[in-house]
Amino acid sequence: MIQKKRSFPIGISILIAIALLGLWLVIRRFIYGLGAVSNLSDGRPWGFWISFDLYCGVALAAGGFTMAAAVYIFNLKKYHPVVRPAILTAFLGYTLVILALLVDIGAPWYIWHPLIYANIHSPLFEVAIAVMTYTLVLALEFSPAVFERLNWHVPLKAIRSIQIPLVVAGIAISTGHQSSLGSMLLMSPDSLHPLWYTPILPILFLISAVAVGPAVVILESTLSGKIFGHKLGQDILSGLGKALPIILGIYLLMKVADLVVRGDIGLIFSASPQNLLWWGEIIIGVILPIILLSMPKVRQSRNGVFSSALLVVVGLIFNRFNTSMLALAIRPGYAYTPSWMEVAISAGLVSWALLIIWLLYHVLPIASHENEEATV
Amino acid sequence: MSKAVLFDGPGCIGCRACEDACKKKYNLPAIEITGATELPAEPTTHKGTYTQPAELSAYTWIKVRRTEIDDAKGFRTVHSLRKCMHCIHPACVAACPVGALHKDDNGATVYDDKKCIGCRYCMLACPFGVPTYEWDKPVPFIRKCIFCPDLLAEEKPPACVTACSKRTKCITIGEREAQLALGRKMIAEGKGKGEHGGDKYVDHIYGEKEVGGTNWLYLSEEPFEISGLRTFDSKILPADFQEKSWAGSWGELSQSTSEPVTVNAERAMLAVPFALPGVAIIMSGLYWVFKRKDKLIQENVDRKNQGKVTK
Repeated sequence: MIQKKRSFPIGISILIAIALLGLWLVIRRFIYGLGAVSNLSDGRPWGFWISFDLYCGVALAAGGFTMAAAVYIFNLKKYHPVVRPAILTAFLGYTLVILALLVDIGAPWYIWHPLIYANIHSPLFEVAIAVMTYTLVLALEFSPAVFERLNWHVPLKAIRSIQIPLVVAGIAISTGHQSSLGSMLLMSPDSLHPLWYTPILPILFLISAVAVGPAVVILESTLSGKIFGHKLGQDILSGLGKALPIILGIYLLMKVADLVVRGDIGLIFSASPQNLLWWGEIIIGVILPIILLSMPKVRQSRNGVFSSALLVVVGLIFNRFNTSMLALAIRPGYAYTPSWMEVAISAGLVSWALLIIWLLYHVLPIASHENEEATV
Repeated sequence: MSKAVLFDGPGCIGCRACEDACKKKYNLPAIEITGATELPAEPTTHKGTYTQPAELSAYTWIKVRRTEIDDAKGFRTVHSLRKCMHCIHPACVAACPVGALHKDDNGATVYDDKKCIGCRYCMLACPFGVPTYEWDKPVPFIRKCIFCPDLLAEEKPPACVTACSKRTKCITIGEREAQLALGRKMIAEGKGKGEHGGDKYVDHIYGEKEVGGTNWLYLSEEPFEISGLRTFDSKILPADFQEKSWAGSWGELSQSTSEPVTVNAERAMLAVPFALPGVAIIMSGLYWVFKRKDKLIQENVDRKNQGKVTK
């Protein structure tokens, strides 16, 4: 999640202030309408909330299903210490997505409608159902931490017995909606710039989500380690760092090959100013991390892995903003820059999440039994 | 089967009776002319009544677009309409996650505000940028021309067509095939009869093929881009798309139309019922493989330990 870029915690009182500001603005939205708290318009119906809270939020929460897959499917036991924090981050991330959508959509009292009115042709329908289902899966995957704390043995045993089906379901559902977020943009062949518009966009979205999952896990565990005094084993960080250049390499290959096949590869030089956006996201989020994390010296250094992971996250955020806002043509006669109120509402939601994480780390066994420099 | 409206560009005098009739029928309020409207969307820097309202909005569902041209053929103005095209295979209908937008039996793209969740995906998807939103209402809805479905159901023309026919008759309604035939006839009869030299009409009915075909069809004396009616990549509809039974589920697509913008998104959605169970099966299989590998290694270790113990 975006808060990893700032030093954490900012200060509980500052978080509370931002959270309350966000809340006040949300109340204004419900009294005066969406136009009163945003710069959204008929020419730009989707803005900061969709780009940041939905597109970035869902992608950055990919640590949940990627770490669950690594540990429970691929049996890479070494990463066990990061699964539970990753699931918590993902669960809170998805909850934030839903809360942000409750602000953004015009009729949040109808947010459950996709459950009864289904348009199976709509990628957004798939995203809606999948996000609802997956948030439930994440809650169930996280529940053992709660049950352990409360010493509820029967529910604990019940959840543990369905853990693998939950993980498998989580991976399948995540594959669906991470790619469907890309499919949504396929509906705009004339608005989304050719540097990004491609029929394989859903696959590119999925691969970039799989890449950013471990990157967020690296950031989250390093930062929470600093705050709560635990230190994650370097071999876990290095291992995650080693996977990133491979996934990013596949991503880069597919992106470039797609441009070549479509005959649009020249646009990376000629299409101004969008080519700057393209090069920005590729250099920051793909090329630099591939180069850095291919070097064992960088992988063995805590700072090296952290910085490289940060680049991947920034690049992903850049890509999601490019595809959902910056490279999406705006209708003639309209202009859009996010209003401070839109940013404040999103910041408010993130502050609520940070406050809850802070509380939960104190109250629940999330990292407490995984502190030691892991050897296995 | 589908009702279609044919708009005769050179016939339009820009009286905007159509705008008045639409507003009156649906009780749409007037828009402030100063630019300081309650709608942040109102992109008007114009003052003065003729250019107001400047664009479609939640309170303006049809708008006459007047463009001035001054070139070798002399000064002239072109009129066109800006409104919902009532596409045969609408992007908004495909995009809406709850199916709040759908095609009715007359070919109109209508809106059900009881289903709408306000996600505004329809606004993003529409290649013409037609659906608008009530940004100033705490309980907002999507707004656009809905083709007066109550009037069509009674075999009456929509309000705008009735209003126009009182003056210039430049918009007419009928069955889509008949309207296309009428349009072709008008183009043929207009050859060489242009007011400024040349033909009266560009040899193209806008909406016949664009984005899979639309039910609002336009004739113009000047290239359509001048009126803001954009050109689309004229890819021919792929054969596999035509064959799919669901592709025609909300409007029959005729052969050799250009692709609706929904093609790639609909193909991606077709993959979902295969991809998700497929991933689940593969992951389950991998789980079994790695667990088994673990088990075999463990058995090996146990056997070695047992060997040590018995010795």
